[in-house]
Amino acid sequence: MMSSTSPSLELIGSVRSESEVLFEDLKLAVKANQWTCLLGSSGIGKSTILRLIAGLPTHVKLDGRIKSNDHLPISNRVSYMAQNDLLIPWATISDNVSLGNKLRGEKFSSEKKLKIIEKVGLVDHKKKYPFQLSGGQRQRAALARTLMENTPIVLLDEPFGSLDSNTREEMIDLTFESFKGKTVVFVTHDPHEAARLCESIYILGRQKTTSNNCLKPPFPKTYSDKLVFDLQYSLLEKIKSNHS
Amino acid sequence: MKAIIYIVCTFLSIFFFWELAVRLANPPPYILPTPHSVLVAFKENSILIYEHSLVTIVEILIGLTIGIILGMITALTLEIFVTARLILRPLLIFSQSIPVFAIAPLLTLWLGYGILSKVVMAILIIYFPVTSAFHDGLSQTPKQYLDLAKTMRGTNRRNLLYLKIPHSIPSLCSGIKLASVYAPIGAVIGEWVGSSQGLGYLMILANGRVKTDLMFASLFTLGILSITLFGLISYLLQISLSKYLNA
Repeated sequence: MMSSTSPSLELIGSVRSESEVLFEDLKLAVKANQWTCLLGSSGIGKSTILRLIAGLPTHVKLDGRIKSNDHLPISNRVSYMAQNDLLIPWATISDNVSLGNKLRGEKFSSEKKLKIIEKVGLVDHKKKYPFQLSGGQRQRAALARTLMENTPIVLLDEPFGSLDSNTREEMIDLTFESFKGKTVVFVTHDPHEAARLCESIYILGRQKTTSNNCLKPPFPKTYSDKLVFDLQYSLLEKIKSNHS
Repeated sequence: MKAIIYIVCTFLSIFFFWELAVRLANPPPYILPTPHSVLVAFKENSILIYEHSLVTIVEILIGLTIGIILGMITALTLEIFVTARLILRPLLIFSQSIPVFAIAPLLTLWLGYGILSKVVMAILIIYFPVTSAFHDGLSQTPKQYLDLAKTMRGTNRRNLLYLKIPHSIPSLCSGIKLASVYAPIGAVIGEWVGSSQGLGYLMILANGRVKTDLMFASLFTLGILSITLFGLISYLLQISLSKYLNA
């Protein structure tokens, strides 16, 4: 549907609301084809940055610019997946997956849709309504909907936040595998997830935002990887010091 | 089932005490007839009541259909056009400050004694609840759905069709159910003010001739009609729109 090469992104500037400065002199470089993490404590404005990238209305103003290396508009080639699955309650899982196509009024291949539904393991549930599914299954459906969009840029806002640990492990692997070759901006407050998945990590703070060292590819790391624990620990320390 | 038994028992006991009270106090029958004599009047005048009921039913159904359609169109207009919201909404609210009863004589003057003035009366009385309920539903579509739709580059028209309208169906149904209760009131007010047929007319007629038993028989017929209409509409909405209502 659109150019399949994923761009790199750059956000430079200050983010201000009417009453306060959220981020002064922010400089984020999101590299193509990999996961970039925005890490920070709750309420600091991580989601706001995603909304700015997605071109959604926010309560803040960006004094600066967001651009891609190919100089094409960004907001029309992003897809968005959040902690809340945002499934439409009156539509079946199958219809939810192709919601974007429906809203754009474009034809789509039902074969492709079925493949995606198979991939996330919901074939037996495709005729069901969201309320008939568990939290983990619903999040899989949201993943399927995001995959169906097939955009080069993917914005993830704590997509694993509401899952129990077992389901979360499965979802992390499935999601990472599914978004191979895409430019992913991943917002989380969990240093463990950041360490396992991301090739670039930014720790967001009111005073300053710092770029942090990451582990070497390949990703994703397993949850028991010793290096992950070490990095997780140092990230946690930095979040604390940034927050205070 | 249990609920029905309760309702039947309640009504039976009301009728029982009513009968008992009238027999003990013995007021003149034109003040308060016994339930028994109301039943007799109902039987004796069943054809008359049936004919007048038909007229009222037709008025209610036409009024209800047009009122609901107009209400829905208005709500959609308010949602789609910002200017319409600015101009129409205050006007709509202002129109609600005038009691509909007060303009019934005007309607009769303008539209005559026929069915039209009653239909318009019913439309006027249900138009606002339908508009208001539907528009509330449309404008309260969760912002997060609309944000998602925006990242999906959905068009306004399709967002309305696939997100806002489905989301507002429960509110619209509440509006329609309210309308089904109000529409008979509108029709009967219209008939009271000036008509030559309909249950409202029959009530005024019976009242004027001190046939209080017939008056009660008409009143109960109207009550049963209204409840049946409400039940039927609720049932039809529930079975046809269950996926929106139970979601």
